Amino acid sequence: MRLLIKNASIIDARSKRDEKADILIVDGKISSIDSGIAAKDAEVYDAKGMLAVPGFIDMHTHLREPGFEYKETILSGTQAAARGGFTTICCMPNTNPVADNQGVIEFIISQNRKAGLISVLPIGAITKAQQGKELSEIGDLKSAGAVALSDDGKGVMNAEVMRRAMEYASMVDLLVISHCEDTNLAAGGVMHEGYVSTVLGLKGIPRIAEIAMAARDIEIARFTGTRLHIAHVSCKETVELVRRAKKEGVRVSCECCPHHFTLTDEAVKDYDTNTKVNPPLREPDDLRALKDGLKDGTIDCIATDHAPHAEAEKDVEFDNAPFGITGLETALGLVMNELVCKGELTLMEMVERMSFNPARILNLDKGYIAEGADADITIIDPNKKWVVEKEAFLSKSHNSPFIGMNLTGKVIATVAAGRIVYNAAG
Amino acid sequence: MSEWTRKDLLGLEELSTEEIELILSTAASFKEISTRAVKKVPTLRGKTIVLFFFEPSTRTRSSFEIAAKRLSADTLNITTSSSAIQKGETLKDTFKNIEAMQVDCIILRHSSSGIGHTLSKCVTPSIINAGDGCHEHPTQGLLDMFTIKEKKGSLNNVKVSIIGDITHSRVARSNIWGLKKLGAQVTVCGPRTLLPRDIDKLGVKVTTSLPEALKSADVINVLRIQRERQEAGLFPSLREYAIRFGVTREKLERFARKDVLVMHPGPLNRGIEITPDVADGSYSLILDQVTNGIAVRMAVLYLTLQANADGEEE
Repeated sequence: MRLLIKNASIIDARSKRDEKADILIVDGKISSIDSGIAAKDAEVYDAKGMLAVPGFIDMHTHLREPGFEYKETILSGTQAAARGGFTTICCMPNTNPVADNQGVIEFIISQNRKAGLISVLPIGAITKAQQGKELSEIGDLKSAGAVALSDDGKGVMNAEVMRRAMEYASMVDLLVISHCEDTNLAAGGVMHEGYVSTVLGLKGIPRIAEIAMAARDIEIARFTGTRLHIAHVSCKETVELVRRAKKEGVRVSCECCPHHFTLTDEAVKDYDTNTKVNPPLREPDDLRALKDGLKDGTIDCIATDHAPHAEAEKDVEFDNAPFGITGLETALGLVMNELVCKGELTLMEMVERMSFNPARILNLDKGYIAEGADADITIIDPNKKWVVEKEAFLSKSHNSPFIGMNLTGKVIATVAAGRIVYNAAG
Repeated sequence: MSEWTRKDLLGLEELSTEEIELILSTAASFKEISTRAVKKVPTLRGKTIVLFFFEPSTRTRSSFEIAAKRLSADTLNITTSSSAIQKGETLKDTFKNIEAMQVDCIILRHSSSGIGHTLSKCVTPSIINAGDGCHEHPTQGLLDMFTIKEKKGSLNNVKVSIIGDITHSRVARSNIWGLKKLGAQVTVCGPRTLLPRDIDKLGVKVTTSLPEALKSADVINVLRIQRERQEAGLFPSLREYAIRFGVTREKLERFARKDVLVMHPGPLNRGIEITPDVADGSYSLILDQVTNGIAVRMAVLYLTLQANADGEEE
């Protein structure tokens, strides 16, 4: 199978390539990159005026299968991912049953094989049933194909358990991803604690719930000499903790989410449950710090924390609605709109934060465009103006606070393993 | 005089000074009705008002019901135990069903902040917020303001200290919004653990010292302290609360102005946040508040239902 992408502006963070060329793909691999490649019996995709970037890699999604198929399935989730330009996504283990054993990991991999669109890399639970008490069979999870470990959705409250998990995981070379949240400090909270929560009379989640746990986990990583990845950083103080730890040689990386650098807690003022997310939307200073952290490399990558929920679940009292924002299909638009168009990141930096760095953190041989590399390529129209529409979501859910928002920059086509898995032109 | 155009009353935050003044002046004209031998006018004859109370309430619910009846509206009471919510129906579905019965107004009390805002977007009857979580209790705020205004003539530059659990108090929030808009100076006072973050940004003075709060106040509004806040670890004991924040005659005589007025939204924890000699003494406006509650709620029902009916004709 051959696919020829013509006339694209290639932007690749590994090689720092930024030039117009054709890309010939043969059997799922990039076979050559050159100008004026002739199209012999190859399907041709004309990408004139478009960017060709390494397929995005999302370290943080929730695909809900098994257990919550009414919210999302691996098929619908990967369709949404392809529409968002993602060619590899990692899925968190808070399914039912929890992905704390070989069986669930193998099931996810098998379901994705049937879906057949993009790569899905499961993340196993750190502890059995994400209870924070006993370690999962981490060796088994690795053998089955888990790419990292996390109890995402819950913080591991017991520091001893976290220490042993990080030590044990390092033995089988699995990355531990920490959902930094002190559950005692955050208990009952539904939004960021501050002026807006005070006015709305909603219980706040204080920023120290995140900061205190990030500080603790960084110290565990320092003490044990193991690697740590901090999920969905939302507070300026957390960015500063990571910045300092990196300087001091601690092996820590971190991600932030588009909704956290786009919206403040002011967005909650109308009690729209689609703004209810954990960690919560913070304050203008935090948004500034996230952008600065992304720019200077303190924050390694952008992840969506794609968290689909059914309309009926969100259509309830603010206190009772589940946390989460659907994110795969709006990520690129928000990154372009909020970061690239506003001069916060260059396109090259964007590609590094969305493709190359996630691959580096996960030790994947992906995230770059070069001859011999996996043919995972996202085609972007950087100038395309579009409106986020509820009906257009390919995800089963559309719990997005961005519906109706005007964005600039859109994914036009997604190529995964040499096949066009999404094409906006139909 | 300004026009009233809102079909709902969800909070005092969104009201203009003129709108608040209109409610208070309308209430003043309704107050006399309750002193008549025949306490009823036909103003809302043929209107159906549903009182939907998902939290226990004696004062507010009966006050609204009496207000509605004195305006000749028909009322229906629904409480949590008698509603289909017990059977798992969502609040939105319940409201859609009530709407389908062509009622004109729903008076809602619920433990979830903002629920009135959410429901007002999906149903057409007027929604009157009778207390939503820790957010607002607008008619309580209005009746407190009415009561102060009645005694002081105006709210402008009146110094009001609100004492107690500010974090969990919808009464405090509605009072702050309303009083600030009408020119009063507001101080909030309570244990540090019961003062919400950034409350000062609402333009109020904040103190943890009761003497400080009493010193300059024309009016003090004492909030009810709930036992479960102590159980949640927010203060050490009711005993210590009473010692530090309980309003007693002795403290008033020592720190407050001689003509200070004392209010409390009820129900009282006698001997904890307020002592009986204060609650029942010459300072107290507590029963005036209850009386005025009827007039204020009559005004709110009249204005919102009128606005909703006008909307239909357009």
